[in-house]
Amino acid sequence: MSDSSLRLVWIYPDLLSTYGDQGNALVVERRARQRRLNVSRVDVRSDQPVPTSGDIYLVGGGEDRPQRLAAERLRRDGGLNRAVSNGAIVFSVCAGYQILGHEFVNDLGEREQGLGLLDVVSTRGEGERCVGDVLGDIDPQLNLPPLTGFENHQGITHLGPSARPLARVRLGRGNGTGDGTEGAFNDTVFGTYMHGPVMARNPHIADLLLKLALDVNALPPVDDRWYDALRNERINAAVQPA
Amino acid sequence: MAGNTEPLPSRAKLAVTAGKAAAAVSRAAGRGSGSVIGGKVALRLDPDLLRRLAQHLDVILVSATNGKTTTTRLIAEALRAAGPVVSNALGANMPAGITSALAGGSDAQFGVIEVDEKYLAGVARDTTPKAIALLNLSRDQLDRAAETRMLAEKWREGLAGTKAVVIANADDPLIVWAASSSPNVVWVAAGQEWKDDAWSCPSCGGVMQRPGDDWFCAQCGFRRPAPSWALRDDHVLDPHGSAWPIHLQLPGRANKANAATSAAVAATFGVPPGVALQRMYQVQAVAGRYDVVSFQGRDLRLLLAKNPAGWLETFSLIDPPPTPVILSVNARGADGTDTSWLWDVDYTRLSGHPIFVLGDRKLDLAVRLEVAGLTFRVCETLDEAVQYAPPGRIEVIANYTAFQDLRRRVGN
Ligand SMILES: [Zn+2]
Repeated sequence: MSDSSLRLVWIYPDLLSTYGDQGNALVVERRARQRRLNVSRVDVRSDQPVPTSGDIYLVGGGEDRPQRLAAERLRRDGGLNRAVSNGAIVFSVCAGYQILGHEFVNDLGEREQGLGLLDVVSTRGEGERCVGDVLGDIDPQLNLPPLTGFENHQGITHLGPSARPLARVRLGRGNGTGDGTEGAFNDTVFGTYMHGPVMARNPHIADLLLKLALDVNALPPVDDRWYDALRNERINAAVQPA
Repeated sequence: MAGNTEPLPSRAKLAVTAGKAAAAVSRAAGRGSGSVIGGKVALRLDPDLLRRLAQHLDVILVSATNGKTTTTRLIAEALRAAGPVVSNALGANMPAGITSALAGGSDAQFGVIEVDEKYLAGVARDTTPKAIALLNLSRDQLDRAAETRMLAEKWREGLAGTKAVVIANADDPLIVWAASSSPNVVWVAAGQEWKDDAWSCPSCGGVMQRPGDDWFCAQCGFRRPAPSWALRDDHVLDPHGSAWPIHLQLPGRANKANAATSAAVAATFGVPPGVALQRMYQVQAVAGRYDVVSFQGRDLRLLLAKNPAGWLETFSLIDPPPTPVILSVNARGADGTDTSWLWDVDYTRLSGHPIFVLGDRKLDLAVRLEVAGLTFRVCETLDEAVQYAPPGRIEVIANYTAFQDLRRRVGN
């Protein structure tokens, strides 16, 4: 890719944009522009082919039936898998995270095949929905400050040997497996149950995606005043609920 | 069958009396109007009470994600041309609140009832309505509400074969899906600015095509029905093609849409559109919404917006820049504790307005506005925001509990 332009692809806003997921695209776009990068954002509807030439792909959360429809259409299309084999970066949330794995349980209660881009398998939890603020420590390999997010899901995601947990939760449920893991990643593919959306509370994750896409170790700083204020407030709220 | 032709059985009478007493105690204890607690006590004594109370009325139910309180007021006002009306005008829209409101109107002919979306099917079963008005469905309070499409599905099942005339918005695919199981539907082209909950066909999951004002699913043929009533700018078009001017004190396109639906409802009870629309002019602020209040020597217009569709409609009615805008957002129980919806609202529409940010979740809003590239000032209190706001009337937009906080502060 060229160092002056960055292609950001938002997958299926018609199906997977239930929890303000557009926010992740907006934050990545904004932070790229603040670094004077040339960004083009493509929103791909589920009746359109997924371009294979993107640099960063974002996949959001959705309700149960749209999740199944999105998985069917992404499998049939094949573009996202081709993009990843070309080295593209993918960041997925909630229902999107489940779709990137090997399989998940769909709205009909059946096992639905995913895209196999992350070594995870998801099932549906029997207990109460996981809803609330989350605080965790991101995998030290990624060298990022603590994760703060909001979760709202019924899913449980088990990690296979080639996926690493994105974070270990101090508060909240994360993957719902009871082992304290939250999310998953491999070299270029990321998944999380955090919305809020997650980038609004963790702009460093947006920067991480930009650095991976640009293949650089550092980016010029931007004014993080409001992000920092929000992060502090939400971390305190998670530690000491009102 | 209007009017109190049969007396209430004694158990129901006792329940009504007990409910009124509980409401009086609740009011005396300073817990609001007491209508909900009164209804709860009454329902506990006689679970059949709602049905019995409704038996003596021509019942009209109103449900939607947005605009149901206002539309209930508009319909009630219009139907007063035909007879006495009882209504849950204060927005207590779950079965207990509805029971309590109906118990207060023993002489009424019409019961105009706002119903919470989750209770519509049940209340329709209990009250055997003559008419049901369905305005719109969109995402709202995602941390606890059912999925929007599932809600449409529940309505569809609950209303299948209903004897009521269903007056429904032809421009909202989810509403059309919910209403099309009913045998007798009057379609109103009432518009719907928010489209992001119906890109996927509610019938088959296909991608919805939306050329201009039309919509259809290319996969299964589910499509926009031909409306018999329509909102056209400042007029309501009736089924004969006559255009009736809308004069409302309430602002905005959404309220014109509510007036069009209300005129269609009134017509099914024999109230002509001209008469109905004229009566609707009486409605001013609804539970404090749209009220212009004076505070610290300034005029503040109080606007309630609870979800992305509501914010979108609100942005379209505020005065243009440089009118200052105060935004306040909370995330308490009644608001939903998840603030991710802020990212579904297109705040760039506020570009050019001086913006002031308040509320429990002002920092979520600050990040949202920063990412939208807007300039804004974060304030601790309403007083501070008003003090810094440049001259002119101030538009104040808040979500549910933030709105209640503001009303208390301005003494409204
Ligand atoms: Zn269809």
